[in-house]
Amino acid sequence: MMATARRKRSIGDWVFFNITRLFALLTLLMLGGIIASLVYGAWPSLKHFGFPFLWTPDWNPPMEKFGALIPIYGTLITSLIALAIAVPVSFGIALFLTELSPTWLRRPLGVAIELLAGIPSIVYGMWGLLVFVPLFSKAQPFIAATLGKLPLLGALFSGPPLGIGLLTAGIILAIMIIPFIASVMRDVFEVTPPMLKESAYGLGATTWEVVWNVVLPYTKVGVIGGIMLGLGRALGETMAVTFVIGNTNSINSASMFEPGNSITSVLANEFSEASQGIYTASLIELGLILFLITLAVLVFSKLLLLHLSRQEGRAT
Amino acid sequence: MNLGLSLRAKRQWANRLALAMSMLAMSFGLVWLIWILFDVFQLGLSGISLKLFTEMTPPPGSSGGLLNAIVGSLLLVGMATLLGTPIGIMAGIYLAEYGQYTWLGRSTRFINDILLSAPSIVIGLFVYAVYVSRVGKFSGFSGVIALALLVIPVVVSTTENMLKLVPNSLREAVFALGAPKWVVISKVTLRASVAGVVTGVLLAVARISGETAPLLFTALSNQFWSLNLNEPIANLPVTIFKFAMSPFKDWQEIAWAGVFLITLGVLSLNILARILFRQKHRS
Repeated sequence: MMATARRKRSIGDWVFFNITRLFALLTLLMLGGIIASLVYGAWPSLKHFGFPFLWTPDWNPPMEKFGALIPIYGTLITSLIALAIAVPVSFGIALFLTELSPTWLRRPLGVAIELLAGIPSIVYGMWGLLVFVPLFSKAQPFIAATLGKLPLLGALFSGPPLGIGLLTAGIILAIMIIPFIASVMRDVFEVTPPMLKESAYGLGATTWEVVWNVVLPYTKVGVIGGIMLGLGRALGETMAVTFVIGNTNSINSASMFEPGNSITSVLANEFSEASQGIYTASLIELGLILFLITLAVLVFSKLLLLHLSRQEGRAT
Repeated sequence: MNLGLSLRAKRQWANRLALAMSMLAMSFGLVWLIWILFDVFQLGLSGISLKLFTEMTPPPGSSGGLLNAIVGSLLLVGMATLLGTPIGIMAGIYLAEYGQYTWLGRSTRFINDILLSAPSIVIGLFVYAVYVSRVGKFSGFSGVIALALLVIPVVVSTTENMLKLVPNSLREAVFALGAPKWVVISKVTLRASVAGVVTGVLLAVARISGETAPLLFTALSNQFWSLNLNEPIANLPVTIFKFAMSPFKDWQEIAWAGVFLITLGVLSLNILARILFRQKHRS
């Protein structure tokens, strides 16, 4: 009796352990599976176009000539614009939430920021197209008349005021990723030991000096990790971009007013209408390129954040 | 002395400037978000009517509702949650209870964190490549699979974190009574962290209810009433995408109403998850 009962429980243990391990393994294999299946799906295009696919500017479905230059350019430029706006703003928000805000406001504002990070991107995209674009097209001549007159940088702010375009997509992306970056920054700012900050205050440092000379150096790894996380979001974002980027497969000038295309917007617009064969394969290759770029960014950010938590573990 | 005073004044002015910029940043962030939410609620509410919930999506130029899209979305999200949750919970259990320090556990945790923020459009392409292109047609099932793959990482990471919060003394007490490990986990630790796990599932549901990109390659959309998961099926996000991009005013009005419904749903799910989690951890 005893023996069978013990065997039964060890079988139960064995089964349970292996089921959970199987699903953990499944999660682990998903990443490899995604890459393998994308390579397989993109194979005709990989074989036909080779590496020049990356820097060919043509995207011509009727002629079956495809190159990824314009979508890659669009993805990178919109994400860079987004970061340029979102990073300083998020830093300000995190500074406000950790050092300035009255205690009773801290929680509600923090919660609001986190809730806003959860709003689906289609909301941002649709609002961008139907509300922001008409207003922005009225503001563009003004921007062109002021910023556009600057030497060198001026070329970035010229051209017809269409409302849609790379700059608009970057702005909408920025609004979307501010909550992400701000909440990571706030979290890492909060891990700074109060002892360090109080010592600096004790020496007569101002709030700004404490943040700039104590908090920021102490948390720089985490801050960069948070920015990279935001960059990862921006690179792979589909809906917020597709609505407002203009969906044009050509770039005629360096101006950020130009309509363009990002990898995600090409996929969202063309995939369901694409003919099988080389067209679909080229689109899947675009997806593969996007995945590899975001993967590199995310792995980098993850390693930085891991490094930070290990450091924190050692300090306490 | 004079120099010292001016240095002090300079530092104070730098401080004031920085703090003013910080407040400006906070208000900058809030203004956009309040503006967006205000528009969504105002324009969305004016589009809400009984017709929205009783009629199908219309062709341009005639009136209609979103019934087929709402039902289709509920079906896709519900099925995906049912499919993804058990897988996520099981993998989460492994990470917290068995594999915390093993090679498999560490790598899975790392990969899972990456998958958590991987672009959803790529998940859609993945399902297209392994399922849709084989079967040869877009279908509701493929949409369910794509959404389930987005549910899994969220559930894995919350389950793991919640199980880790269960104190070890509780586990030891049950072991001391002679219970095997799987009973300890399923009857005690999992039960002790059920509120947290449910929180994770709610967050996952909130995440997939607004997902548009993966559905473009899988479930696609359908203008008509259909519950057949083997065919393209109507759903809110793709319908909103199509209607909002169109030049037709009446389509855009329906799209605003749809966006309002999704925003309301996602916000309430998030708030519910928060309340649930906080209640549990106050006691």
